[in-house]
Amino acid sequence: MIEEVGTSPEGDLIINVGPQHPSTHGVLHLVITLNGETVKNCEPHLGYIHRSIEKMCESLSYRQFIYVTSRMDYLSSHINNQGCSLTVEKALQIEVPERGKVIRVLMAELTRMASHLLWWGALGMDVGAFTPFFHAFREREVINDIMEETCGARLTMNYIVPGGVMYDIHPNFQQKVKDFITLFKSKIDEYDTLVTGNIIFQQRMKGVGYISGEDALSYGCTGPVLRASGVKCDIRKIAPYDGYEKVQFEEIIETGCDSYARYLVRMKELKQSLSIIEQLLDNIPEGEFQAKTKAVLKLPKGEFYSRVETARGEFGVYIISEGGLTPYRIKFRSPGFSNLSALHHMTKGSKLGDLVATMGTLDLVIPDIDR
Amino acid sequence: MFLVDYIKTVYNGVTSLLKGMRMTGYYFTHHKEIITQQYPDVKQVLPERFRGEVVMTHDEKNEHRCTGCTACELACPNATIKIVTKFDITPDGKKKKALDTFVYHLELCTMCNLCIVACPTDAIKMAQSFEHSVYDRSLLTKVLNKPGSKLMEGVE
Amino acid sequence: MFSLENLTHIIDHALNNTFNATIAMLIEMVIVGICAITLFAVLGLVLVFMERKVSAYMQIRLGPNRVGYKGLAQTAADTLKLVIKEGFTPDNADKFLFNLAPFLVMIIAMMLLAPIAFTKGLQMWDLNIGVLYLSAVSSVSVIGILMAGWASNNKYSLIGAMRSGAQIVSYELSAGLAVLTMIVFTGSLQISTIIASQQDGWWIFKGHIPAIISFVIFIIAVTAETNRAPFDMAEAESELTAGFHTEYSGMRFALFFLAEYVNIFIVCAIAATIYFGGWMPFHISHSIPFADLFNKGMDFIPGVLWFTGKTFALIFLIMWFRWTFPRLRIDQLLNLEWKYLLPIGMFNLLLATAIAILGWYF
Ligand code: SF4
Ligand code: SF4
Repeated sequence: MIEEVGTSPEGDLIINVGPQHPSTHGVLHLVITLNGETVKNCEPHLGYIHRSIEKMCESLSYRQFIYVTSRMDYLSSHINNQGCSLTVEKALQIEVPERGKVIRVLMAELTRMASHLLWWGALGMDVGAFTPFFHAFREREVINDIMEETCGARLTMNYIVPGGVMYDIHPNFQQKVKDFITLFKSKIDEYDTLVTGNIIFQQRMKGVGYISGEDALSYGCTGPVLRASGVKCDIRKIAPYDGYEKVQFEEIIETGCDSYARYLVRMKELKQSLSIIEQLLDNIPEGEFQAKTKAVLKLPKGEFYSRVETARGEFGVYIISEGGLTPYRIKFRSPGFSNLSALHHMTKGSKLGDLVATMGTLDLVIPDIDR
Repeated sequence: MFLVDYIKTVYNGVTSLLKGMRMTGYYFTHHKEIITQQYPDVKQVLPERFRGEVVMTHDEKNEHRCTGCTACELACPNATIKIVTKFDITPDGKKKKALDTFVYHLELCTMCNLCIVACPTDAIKMAQSFEHSVYDRSLLTKVLNKPGSKLMEGVE
Repeated sequence: MFSLENLTHIIDHALNNTFNATIAMLIEMVIVGICAITLFAVLGLVLVFMERKVSAYMQIRLGPNRVGYKGLAQTAADTLKLVIKEGFTPDNADKFLFNLAPFLVMIIAMMLLAPIAFTKGLQMWDLNIGVLYLSAVSSVSVIGILMAGWASNNKYSLIGAMRSGAQIVSYELSAGLAVLTMIVFTGSLQISTIIASQQDGWWIFKGHIPAIISFVIFIIAVTAETNRAPFDMAEAESELTAGFHTEYSGMRFALFFLAEYVNIFIVCAIAATIYFGGWMPFHISHSIPFADLFNKGMDFIPGVLWFTGKTFALIFLIMWFRWTFPRLRIDQLLNLEWKYLLPIGMFNLLLATAIAILGWYF
């Protein structure tokens, strides 16, 4: 798998970081050229966990292919499912009932929070602090329990079906979420005490992994990575779906362009997600949670695209249909892939330790990049 | 001034570190905050919607509700279910399609719930068991309809 | 009062009366050696267990709690696992150096144990340049790490070793300066004299401001010197997988692991000796009323307890650092040393000298 590499022609050290390395969050393989401690070049190699999900989807029906996307960005699996479902609904012009929409949004925001919490803990690990990981898991576990109760699974929920959601919310759902909000509010300051305010952490983050707005755009970065470079790109704002236009929330923009800005964007998004949940929780409209759909879905001939904002950025689903039971071709635009491509730009000339920290702030989920 | 700034940085840095230490110190001394679950000793009760494995419901007369319509088999994205049907002779002499064996490959199942949703007669449901590990892979291939079971009266 | 001093003297006399001086000396050496190795084994087990429990509680976990009573046998079980594991030597490694390195690191840790006084009279070697000996020998341990990193034929190990070299060499300075500051007060490099000089109060109190500054610098510097987080550059799990000992497995890995913990114990013991009076009980100055009564009362707690208590408190402090802070980057690490600790240390040395000359300490 790994080719024998020693030193570059200039005498720099070439090392393989990954595919099995504690900080690549899975099986990312980076080939980096080091001059002493300084990273001169960093080249991601993909393919280690390629499962050809897109090809697989071509043989699955429009109800079935949704669950596969949970296995891509497994930390925002719910939002991935939502994206796929939206495309199918768009093609068939299914109108999702209000209740279904609100439940979807609530779940999506909970997923986003869970994802950001995990990222926070993992970033702590990347910069060498082990304790945040466990503290983040405490809150994340509560979210997972809520998910488990309503959706039936903790991570790969497959709760969304074309036309709405699979079941109605569990009777305990609202109370559980309220308890979670209370818990989370009492703990959020601890995150700042333990990590954000810490001088070592700030030193590790500030001015590191710089990428300007234009560069980030040209690399195709989306989500918190682009917003930290001062560009508005939140799909929930610019192309609202599933009723995001009706909730009040801010799109977090930071202009620092560095790792610290990316960190702050995500930390503030946690609070925004919380506020969305608070707004919707007591206002879930009565009615159906799922629109009436045919048992067998057949998309009309044509091309359909829709996009959603996952915890990592813009996730797009592009379906070409020949009118049959299964898609002719499916293409996913995964946020992690483009964000990873900017890693080289961000880390060129920085120290080896910064490479790991920057990678942490990109919030890479490898199965999402390497489908 | 340079010196004032220098001292300020040192002071701010040290206080931020001390704050962090106070927090970990708090958790060190407050053991009631510990969230570890003592798993094999204390078993968690999983919510009723938790998807652990597909089972077929049987009532006390050993009757199930599966008509062998293969809707679940078609709904399953990864060929986890294999329905084998047979022909029963009804009292009035007609041939009727019925379930012979419901083969379920737990090792292939992704717990996506699509089969349960697809089933028109609610014959199958998700069980909350999760300790599925076995030493022999063939043990994961299960037959869901119990031996000798038959279709419940009145289920079409 | 029962004292270990008498015990050591009785053994010494008995041996010298039975054998001639050389043989008695040799036998004593063997006894001491066995004691040291036992101490090492026990320390390793205790400290690893302590670390795991401390980290667990700080991370709202329970930590080891299954093997033995409340998990106490966990580290023993882990050691057993490491012993029966294959000791793997990578291809193209420099076999001789690769195998030598863990032992070198271990031997140096053992040598450092020599001048440490566990209680009055329980000391292997009370040489008159004790503190100098300690700082001289402790800087040799970097050779072991460099050796391990280079001989492994692994780039991660090499980077880890080079980092460790840069780090230990720089922080050696600050640790030395901090100790020097205290030597200005004690006026002696001999461990027993340093302890004796704290008869009427520990130096951290008697030496007030300079002593406290020097203590802080010392603790930071030794944390770095022992490669502990937040200065664990040499291992830096998330960057270098395991740094200089990436390629080690089985018992040789265990030796590195053990040496790390023993080193922590030793540096904390040094800090306890210089700043907190070693085995000296908590005494207050004679000028305070009822001081004699108080001091007598304190004397009832045996010196060994005082010594271990202080040392373990400091070890806890270092563990507390580890489980709270993120890791520094290599250049920040060196910045901290050269821009902050060293200037402050030098200034502090001047301050201490002035205070010592003026007699402004208690
Ligand atoms: S849960 Fe999903 S994968 Fe499992 S049998 Fe049912 S449809 Fe197939
Ligand atoms: S379980 Fe349900 S869907 Fe499957 S064959 Fe039986 S009746 Fe049909």
